Amino acid sequence: MKRFTRRTSICALSFTVASAITLPAVPAVAQDDTISIGYAVARTGPNATGAGITTIPNYELWVDTVNKSGGLTMPDGSRRMIEVVEYDNRSSNEDLVRTIERLASQDEVDLILPPWGTGANLAIAPLMARFGYPQLAVTAVTDKAPEFAARWDRSFWMLGGGHDYAAGLVDVLSTARDAGTINDKVAVVSVADGFGIDLISGARPAFEEAGFELVYDESYPLGTSDFAAIMSEAQGSGADSFVAFSYPPGSFGMTKTAQSMGYNPKAFYISVGGAFPIYPGIADGKAEGVMAIGGVNADSPAIQEYFARHTEFVGNPPDSWASAITYASLEMLAQAIERVGLDHEALATEISTGTFDTVIGEVKLEDNQLRDLWWVGQWQGGAFRAINPADAEGASTPIIPKPEW
Amino acid sequence: MTKLIIPLLALVALAFAPNFVSAYGLGLLIGAATYVTLASAWALFSGHTHYVSLATVAFYGTGAYCMAVLNEALPYWAVLLCAGGIGATMAALVGLSTLRLQGVYFVIFSFGLAELVRQLITWYEVNVTGTLGRYIFLDISARDIYWQMLALGAATIALTAWIHRSRLGMALRVIGDDEAVAAHSGINLARVKLIAFVLSAVILTLAGAITSPRYVYVEPAIVFNPTVSFLTVIMALLGGANRLWGPALGAVPLFLVFEWLSTNFPDSYPIFMGLLFIGVVFLLPDGILAGIEKLRARRKVQS
Repeated sequence: MKRFTRRTSICALSFTVASAITLPAVPAVAQDDTISIGYAVARTGPNATGAGITTIPNYELWVDTVNKSGGLTMPDGSRRMIEVVEYDNRSSNEDLVRTIERLASQDEVDLILPPWGTGANLAIAPLMARFGYPQLAVTAVTDKAPEFAARWDRSFWMLGGGHDYAAGLVDVLSTARDAGTINDKVAVVSVADGFGIDLISGARPAFEEAGFELVYDESYPLGTSDFAAIMSEAQGSGADSFVAFSYPPGSFGMTKTAQSMGYNPKAFYISVGGAFPIYPGIADGKAEGVMAIGGVNADSPAIQEYFARHTEFVGNPPDSWASAITYASLEMLAQAIERVGLDHEALATEISTGTFDTVIGEVKLEDNQLRDLWWVGQWQGGAFRAINPADAEGASTPIIPKPEW
Repeated sequence: MTKLIIPLLALVALAFAPNFVSAYGLGLLIGAATYVTLASAWALFSGHTHYVSLATVAFYGTGAYCMAVLNEALPYWAVLLCAGGIGATMAALVGLSTLRLQGVYFVIFSFGLAELVRQLITWYEVNVTGTLGRYIFLDISARDIYWQMLALGAATIALTAWIHRSRLGMALRVIGDDEAVAAHSGINLARVKLIAFVLSAVILTLAGAITSPRYVYVEPAIVFNPTVSFLTVIMALLGGANRLWGPALGAVPLFLVFEWLSTNFPDSYPIFMGLLFIGVVFLLPDGILAGIEKLRARRKVQS
């Protein structure tokens, strides 16, 4: 009896494996008259929030816009509609890698759009290179972008690195200090995660070099929800500037804590989440003067038109950091296809060397990276406006000191 | 003899499978082989002793981290050796101090272990090395990973088969039935449990090290994903944790079901998963194999 069971199970096992591999799960979607575009984004798990705010709405908005206008234009002038193949990567890199293999080798899609997040984009980079697909890695903040662009020559890195954002912030604060608006003491907190570490390790030397003193410098674990102790120590440190390299939960929590304890530093900076459209609501309508990572040229008609379209299609405005860049990357893709068609090699070369007209203005990549970015933004009059680099076209003048809560 | 021949033939067939499948098929094979290995290794310790461990990902993630830290300093085989050694040391230390815990206390502890390791690594990276997130740039193809995982999985099942027949397996079964009886019959409880725990941990750590080159970038939040622990437990329980082929029989179909659900129902997939978990626990508490046996026994009685 026991032997029989064992034999059955082995049989069953080999059958299951065999059938899983030989049965084609989905008929091929690629047809001549449509362009199939696949993506594996996080619908569930910890990455779902970021993907749901920055990545998925822009993919859907772009596909909708293109298809309503008659499809993507090919070099010969014909139009082809986009057909989407979408999977959930469950916020797991193992599942993500397998899904990219599925898109490339089973669904044989024409193009693959990247997932949300630095880790996810790195996880798929070798595969994308092996299958030859261009990879427009937008939501990946990494100081190693030049290295990656050299390693995978069809990968494009479009959100800068931690050091860039830290240096931009130090620049804003230095200007204010030189004008005598703030003192040279800074209180910094950082989330103990890849992003926070990247920024703080870029900020420490930059602050020191600019002659600032870090009177308070602590990291807090991801998932912290009580910021009272951190904030009161920062308040007691004598610093005029409060800087947090934080994720959305921390950015929101620290804002609320600062308000409830009446902590009014002259410069208040938070990171991810500060540029979200929900931030003014979180700050109880008192977001004026809060600085955060990212920013957009709020006066540009293209940006205003994009914000209006996004609000109409998705139901809420986009975030003012990576959303517009995500959308711009898709516009670049469409224009590159119009110039050279769907051949992956030609497409990658065109994206790398061409000049494109997008919602964030004219874009030309440098060594496969987008360097023309906004590092610091600030809430001014209900809009999140870019303030650094100060000499770039469309930069607003920073409001320091920040009005009291 | 047939008992040996069929699995060997299946193993040979599986080893040649990459020649006939697409990249995605190979991805599925790797995933299935990984979960068969994890579930079998989990059952190696937990199946007979009934110590439900949620520490799978603590070892699995440690393996991935070993690969990330050491891959540039050491040759590949040496990294695997180190990973195995680190997994064994960690399991021995943890086992010595905690295998006295029983029932729900052990479950909670093992769940906390994964979080503990994750926070320790995070603390170390933040305060000592100042970087979080490491890269694995190794020239290892998906096929190599598959073959290594297949070999590890086969070795795990062979080891389990051997343990089932050995005095160690007998001792584990007695411990699972009643620890007091086991102690009175002269079984060295601590030693027996520790040996099984360490063996299981070494395999889990190796599995983590072998798969990690597939996702290039390693960060504590990514590699210590608790879902891996839960999936492993439910797969082993579905098949039957105290049978030789139980974990494998549970892992393969569940893995494929999850894959199918997530590709076809990306939005509602977690609901199906939750229902499936509940279904397994309520309907098949001892696993499919035991369920089939029970059904047969009932038929026999009726006839």
